Amino acid sequence: MPSQILRGLGLRIMLSSALLACSNASAGSKTTLRIWAMGREGEVLSQLIPGFEKEHPDIHVEVQQIPWTAAHEKLLTAYVGDATPDIAMLGNTWVPEFVALNSLAPLDSFVAQSKEVRRDDFFPGIWKTNVVNGKTYGIPWYVDTRLIYYRTDLLAKAGYKEFPKTWADWMTAMKKMKSQMTDRQFPMLMPTNEWPQPVVFAIEAGSPILRDGGRYGAFEQPAFRKGFDFYLDFYRQGLASPVSSSQVSNLFQEFERGNIAMYISGPWYIGEFKNRLDSATQKKWMTAALPGISGPGVSMAGGSSLSLFAGSQHKMEAWQLMEYLSRPEVELEFYKLTGDLPPRKSAWQDSTLANNKYAKAFRDQLEHVAPLPQVPEWEEIATTIFEHGEQAIRKAKTVDQTLASLDQDVNAMLEKRRYLLDQEKAKGGGK
Amino acid sequence: MLASLVLSVTDFDIYAIANPPTTRFVGLANYSKLIHSPEFWQALKNTFYFAIVGGPLTIAVSLAAALLLNARLVRFKSFFRTIYFTPFVTTLVAVAIVWRYLYHTRYGLLNYTLGHFGIGPIDWLGNPHWAMPAIILMSVWKNFGYNMLIFIAGLQAIPQDLYDAAEIDGAGPVRRFFAVTLPLLGPTLLFVGVITMIGYFQLFSEPYVMTNGGPLRATTSVVLMMYEEGFRWWRMGYAAAIAFVLFIVILIATLIQFRLQKERT
Repeated sequence: MPSQILRGLGLRIMLSSALLACSNASAGSKTTLRIWAMGREGEVLSQLIPGFEKEHPDIHVEVQQIPWTAAHEKLLTAYVGDATPDIAMLGNTWVPEFVALNSLAPLDSFVAQSKEVRRDDFFPGIWKTNVVNGKTYGIPWYVDTRLIYYRTDLLAKAGYKEFPKTWADWMTAMKKMKSQMTDRQFPMLMPTNEWPQPVVFAIEAGSPILRDGGRYGAFEQPAFRKGFDFYLDFYRQGLASPVSSSQVSNLFQEFERGNIAMYISGPWYIGEFKNRLDSATQKKWMTAALPGISGPGVSMAGGSSLSLFAGSQHKMEAWQLMEYLSRPEVELEFYKLTGDLPPRKSAWQDSTLANNKYAKAFRDQLEHVAPLPQVPEWEEIATTIFEHGEQAIRKAKTVDQTLASLDQDVNAMLEKRRYLLDQEKAKGGGK
Repeated sequence: MLASLVLSVTDFDIYAIANPPTTRFVGLANYSKLIHSPEFWQALKNTFYFAIVGGPLTIAVSLAAALLLNARLVRFKSFFRTIYFTPFVTTLVAVAIVWRYLYHTRYGLLNYTLGHFGIGPIDWLGNPHWAMPAIILMSVWKNFGYNMLIFIAGLQAIPQDLYDAAEIDGAGPVRRFFAVTLPLLGPTLLFVGVITMIGYFQLFSEPYVMTNGGPLRATTSVVLMMYEEGFRWWRMGYAAAIAFVLFIVILIATLIQFRLQKERT
C-alpha cells in the first residue's frame, strides 16, 4: 500500500515539474532582471514592477528583499562570489565603497542620452553624493534626511504650540515634558546603536567628521565635541533611555501610549505611522525639521540610489528599469506607498506633495543638507561612532577619552586609504 | 587552513579585493594588533564566560534530564524525550524572536514572573551584566536535548546488576550515582564535554540574532568578531588571524579535557 502511494506521489511530482519546465521554456525568451532592495522599499518595490513589465513584455523583474542589518554583508559577499544582481538599491553613503571595489558601472553615458533622467531635475546636493571621481555611479531613488516625529498633544501640554527651532529651546521643552511623565516614560526615543543622531548633531555644529580629504578623524575638534555633548545630554538629562534599537519591541505602541513623544528618523516613517498608528493617535502627530544651534538646522543629504553592477549581463534592460523608476509619476506612486520622498524637483511640484503637511518639513530641510564624507570606510566609521558613543553614554569612558579613542580608531581604519592616496600622489609627482 | 594562515600575514582588505596588488605582506602585524586590541580580549573573555558557565550547565541539565528519563518509574518516556529534544531542532532565528519577547524589560514573561517574587525588572538584553547570562540561558534550553540523548544511551549501557549490587551493599541513590553511574559514564562524559566545548567556543548565532554583539560588546564572541572583521569590513587578513587564534584555543581546551580524562582513569 505505502509503495503505491509513493509511486502516485512521484508521478504527480514529475507531472507538475514537467508543466513548470514547459512554462519556463516559454518564459525563456524573456530577459530576467534581478534587483535587490532593502527595508520598507524592498517590500513595496514589487508593487511598482507590474507597470514596468507591462511596458516591456520581454523583461521579467525579480525583486529580492534584504533586511538593512544584513544588506552590507550580503552585497559584499555577492560581489566576491560573482553573484551580484543587475541593480541594487544602495544607501548613498555606500556608493564610494562599492566604487572602490570596481563593482559598479558608470552611468554617465546612459544619463547623457536619456530623455527621462535629467540631471538638472534632481536636487544637486543629493545627485552629488553619487558622483565619485567625476563619474556618476547611482541614480538617486529617494531622499532621506532626518526629521523629528512627535506627539503634538504632549508637546502642547508642555506649553509649545510649534516645534522648537533651537537646541536650547528643544532641551527646555523636553525637560518640561519629562517632568510631566513617569519614570519609565521618555520624551525622546533615541536608540544608542544608531549613527545618524550623533553624526547629524555634529554636522549641525559644523563638524566635517573627517579632515584632510578623508584621511584623518576630526573627532577631537571643538565642532564635533559640541555635537557629541548635545547628543550625550539627551541621556544625561534623562530625556532618552539608553536602549538599543533591538530592545524596542514596538515603537508604534510606545508612541500611542505616550511612553515616547519624539523620534528622529527618515521619511519612510510617514507611511509607517499612517498605516500603523491607531485612529486616536493619527490626529496627534506631526513632523518637524531638526532644530539647529541658533535656528533651523542642517541635516544629512541621505537617501538611496539605484546602482548598476558592472557584472550585469543586461545593462540596457536594467537601465530601462532605472529610467522607469525615476519617472516623476512613478516616484510619486512610490512616495504614496512608503512616504519616501522623491529626489526630483518636478515630483515635488505635484499636488500630492506640495500640499502634504507632513512632507513640508522635509522640503524645507532638503534646502539645508550637508554631505557625509565620501570614503569607502564610511560604514565602519559610522558604526564606530555609535559604539564609542555607547561607552560614553554608559559612563564607561569620559567624553575626552571617548573622542580620543574615536580619533585613534578611525585613524587606524583610514591607514590604508592614506597609504594608497600617498602612493597615487607619488606616482603623479613622478610624471 | 594553510590559505587562512597565509591570509593572516597580509592586510588583505576591501581595496585588495578590487585590486589584488595592493595587498601588503605585514608579517605578524595582524597578530600584534590582535594582542593589543581590547575588543579581542573582551571577545575572548565573553567566549570563555559562555563556554565555562554554559558548557557545564548544559551538561548538568542534560545529565539530569537523562537520569529522569532513564528512571524505571517514569511513564511515557518517548513522549518526554521528544519534548525535551524539540528545542534542539527548532530554528534559531524564530526561537530568538520568541526569547526576545520573553526577555523584554517591560512586557516580557520572565520579568513578569520575577515581579511576582518581588524582584525588580531586569534589563536582560540591554544591561551588559545580564546580556551574557540571558544568552547562556537560551543556549542551555536550546542545546540540552542533544546531549541528553547521548547520556540516555550511555546510561542504558550500564548493566542493571551493578546498581542492584550497590543497593544490596547499602548504597543510597546519591552514593549509587557517584560510585556507579559517573565512573561508567566516563567516556560518554568526555565525548559530550569535548563536543559541547568545541561547539560553545564557536558561539555565533545566538549573539548575532539576539543582541548583535551588544550591549557594549558584552555578548560579542570571538567568532562574531571574526565575522564582523571579515565579512562586514572585509579585513580578511585580520579575520584570518582571529580564526587561527581561535583554532589554537580550542585545540588547547580539547587537549586539556583529554588529559583530565586520562588522569581520572
